[in-house]
Amino acid sequence: MDDLISEFIAECREMLEALGGEVVAWEAAPEDRARLDSIFRFVHTVKGNCGFFDFPRLEALSHSAEDALAEVRAGRRHADPALVSAVLAVIDRIAEMIAALDAGEELPAGDDSALIHALRQTPEAPPAPVAATVAEAQAKTVAAPRTIRLSVELLDRLMSGVSDMVLARNELARRLRETTGDVAVDGAFERLSSIIADMRDAITRTRMQRIENLFVALPRMVRDLSAELGKQVLVDIDGGDVELDREMIEMIRDPLTHIIRNSVDHGIETPAERLKAGKREIGILTVAARQSGNQILIDIHDDGRGINGKKLVDKAVTAGVVERSEASALSPREQLALIFEAGLSTAQEVTAISGRGVGMDVVRSNIERIGGIVEVDSTLGEGTRMTLRVPLTLTIIPALTVSVAGQHFAIPRSAIDEIVRANGNSVTLEKLGGAGVATIRGRRVPQIALADVLGLESNLSDDERTFVVLRPAGSDVYALAVDRIHDHEELVVKPAAPAVMATGLYAGTTLADDGSPILLFDPAGLAEVGGVKLEAHERAARIVEAPAAPAACDTPVLLFRGLDGSRRAMRLAIVDRIEEVASAAIKPGAGQLRVQVGETILPLAGVNGDFPAEKVRLFRLNDGVAEIGYAFREVVDLSAIGQEVIQAECPGEVSGVTLIAGEPAEIVDTHWLFANFAGPQANQPDQLVCRLPADDPWIQNMLRPIVEAAGYRVVSDADEVDADIAIVSEPAAAKKTAAARVIRVRAEPDPASRKDDSIYRYDRAALLTALKAGAGGKG
Amino acid sequence: MSELLLVVTIGGERVALPAAAVESVVELDALIPVPRAPAHVAGLSALRSRVLTVIDCMRSLELGTTDCSDGIREAAVVELDGHHYALIVDLVEDVVEATSEPSPIRAAMGDGWERVSKGMVETEQGPLLLVDIGAIVSGTERQAA
Repeated sequence: MDDLISEFIAECREMLEALGGEVVAWEAAPEDRARLDSIFRFVHTVKGNCGFFDFPRLEALSHSAEDALAEVRAGRRHADPALVSAVLAVIDRIAEMIAALDAGEELPAGDDSALIHALRQTPEAPPAPVAATVAEAQAKTVAAPRTIRLSVELLDRLMSGVSDMVLARNELARRLRETTGDVAVDGAFERLSSIIADMRDAITRTRMQRIENLFVALPRMVRDLSAELGKQVLVDIDGGDVELDREMIEMIRDPLTHIIRNSVDHGIETPAERLKAGKREIGILTVAARQSGNQILIDIHDDGRGINGKKLVDKAVTAGVVERSEASALSPREQLALIFEAGLSTAQEVTAISGRGVGMDVVRSNIERIGGIVEVDSTLGEGTRMTLRVPLTLTIIPALTVSVAGQHFAIPRSAIDEIVRANGNSVTLEKLGGAGVATIRGRRVPQIALADVLGLESNLSDDERTFVVLRPAGSDVYALAVDRIHDHEELVVKPAAPAVMATGLYAGTTLADDGSPILLFDPAGLAEVGGVKLEAHERAARIVEAPAAPAACDTPVLLFRGLDGSRRAMRLAIVDRIEEVASAAIKPGAGQLRVQVGETILPLAGVNGDFPAEKVRLFRLNDGVAEIGYAFREVVDLSAIGQEVIQAECPGEVSGVTLIAGEPAEIVDTHWLFANFAGPQANQPDQLVCRLPADDPWIQNMLRPIVEAAGYRVVSDADEVDADIAIVSEPAAAKKTAAARVIRVRAEPDPASRKDDSIYRYDRAALLTALKAGAGGKG
Repeated sequence: MSELLLVVTIGGERVALPAAAVESVVELDALIPVPRAPAHVAGLSALRSRVLTVIDCMRSLELGTTDCSDGIREAAVVELDGHHYALIVDLVEDVVEATSEPSPIRAAMGDGWERVSKGMVETEQGPLLLVDIGAIVSGTERQAA
């Protein structure tokens, strides 16, 4: 008997979940027979079972609902809002009772006559506000795949069993590596490995649920809300078939509900206001889910009144969240982000629906706790879009392992913004009143040393450390100094014991590939324990960004390894971007190697070794006129070169050697590259727009090394020095330049159409001659 | 009354743990410390691809610190609220049968012992203090909370 009851309860719950949306959809389209039928079927099932189990209250309720619906089915009655409300009320009451039964309680005694009475009434009530759904409800008619019902607990056990199996496999792999390799054993192990991997995928999938489970309740919720508020809202749901971890669905249920409540309550206006604003009476609320890589994106968009950033700032200033001086410097995006601050709400008054103190700050912290991000975008008068980004699953986390004082830790990769060396030229570290402030390429970010946060002794000096720039809260960054960076690993993370979690530093524990336990950090917790005030810093940081131009002697370069393994540096300014192409895209053509990137074909340089098997990475170099590709193996670092460059003996691909991070690196001669590879193509119209050599990227990045190699000191036109020679690009020739001699360079190779003394800019010999002549002129 | 008890020595004192709660007795070698964790959390250790949170019983009872530097330590593995813990003890002796229900100890014990005591049980080897595993695991934290 107990089994039967629990079966009945489970069945009812499932039907109830699916029903919320159905009833509302039915109200919007009362003639929709399919929906009416499914509601009818539910009450009918309940009624049938109740007689059997002897639950008189349930029976009476479901019986009267069935009667009323039967009338509608027979066409004797119209599904007016009053009836829908009454049916909803009955279904709610049934749900309450089922919940009570499920909890093992006795059915409470109570009076349902009011509800039953409401069902029988057919009053001429004024039409209530309508909410409807345009969900992909048609999909529901498709036959469901065969399923069985399993307890979630069993699935969890399976999942944890498989996780253990993965860890045991890792340990076995390690042991096998230590002992001498027997090919047969290795082969068998490989096979086992791949089976386990498949199985893990499958089990992970069993924990996946369609996000529909979360969405089905929304139309009903919006309907009730809008009815209460006297608004008209149309819900449009999309992407219900996106799957994500069951646990994750539970975690985003509350934040999502909250955002939708906010949208209906504060976002969408009353019909009168909407008409006045020239909009349709019915507000549209769109909820859409989609998968993007390892993340699920949920967009909640309303076409309501939008968020008034200025008002928000005023509120924030009044509440003391931001200083008035800071407030004026906020970008519109930052203004909007203020809604996530505790204690702020733009709502004029606190209503029963939202604005009850449970604010957006709670939404944000809940989403961030599961490694997600919430973003807001809003146009005043046109609407608001909230985007939740959450990871697919909680259990397997890609992480970076780092070490401090010899101990390894893991940092979730999703929170890592970038990794920089503390001694790199683009990074400086200052101590202000004991607090660390790192300047990374002109951006000031708060810096904490992991060793200090953890109270460990690290014998590395500040300079020798590596900064991991973390972005735990969507837009706020801080730099964490660690001793060493190790590896990327996919970790099966489990919650740690409460005493460990209570430190606030960790998100869980796991076993590394070598079988030793490893702690996974919670980046937000680290910042908090380390005393970083995230919001305040980020705003202050933005202000210093602009003036931090690199010093004259520091040219930013990309340090990379060429195909032949050589360590080389490429001037950053001419690298347009880095592309990855299939090896098949590289073919000889018109006398040289060319690579196809998308729709364009570029000459390919840097081919001094074997291509990797499948993918080739290349820099796209751009001098403003021509583009060439430069193949390489890997990028090592972002760095800068100073003055001490040893020039090469003869012109070639490498212009000189310099020390970068303590090791020699060859500097790629970009001038030579373009002269040799891009020459014939460089006949497009000149696109240079800079008029002065100081901000002429071509001159700065390509000509300058040659000029320097010829023994000149380079000054910009702002310097009050008598120049012996000046070089200007051809279009800028009209401008007066104070110098004894002026060399004009032009971009077109063909001099026939020209009558002036300009030099083709890749004519190295002519340039050098002119430079020598300038030097001679002085002597 | 036939509850089985695991007799262990903590801080030189012979006490009893409810044997039903103890999954296994292991020898721990490498310990990974947990920076900033409460003092009685000695670290983490791996046991058959599971992560154990290692509890130093001496610390938990405020009797001093177990010296873990000399390598292998004996520990009793218990599960509490889904987490696995290894309780470091001086020595694991024996399993005995309780011959009585726990009864309160009316004499004054040390603070630490007082906190973890579940009373006195009679065994063939004489009376033993029955220790509350939950109290050992939570250490002094519970008192503070």
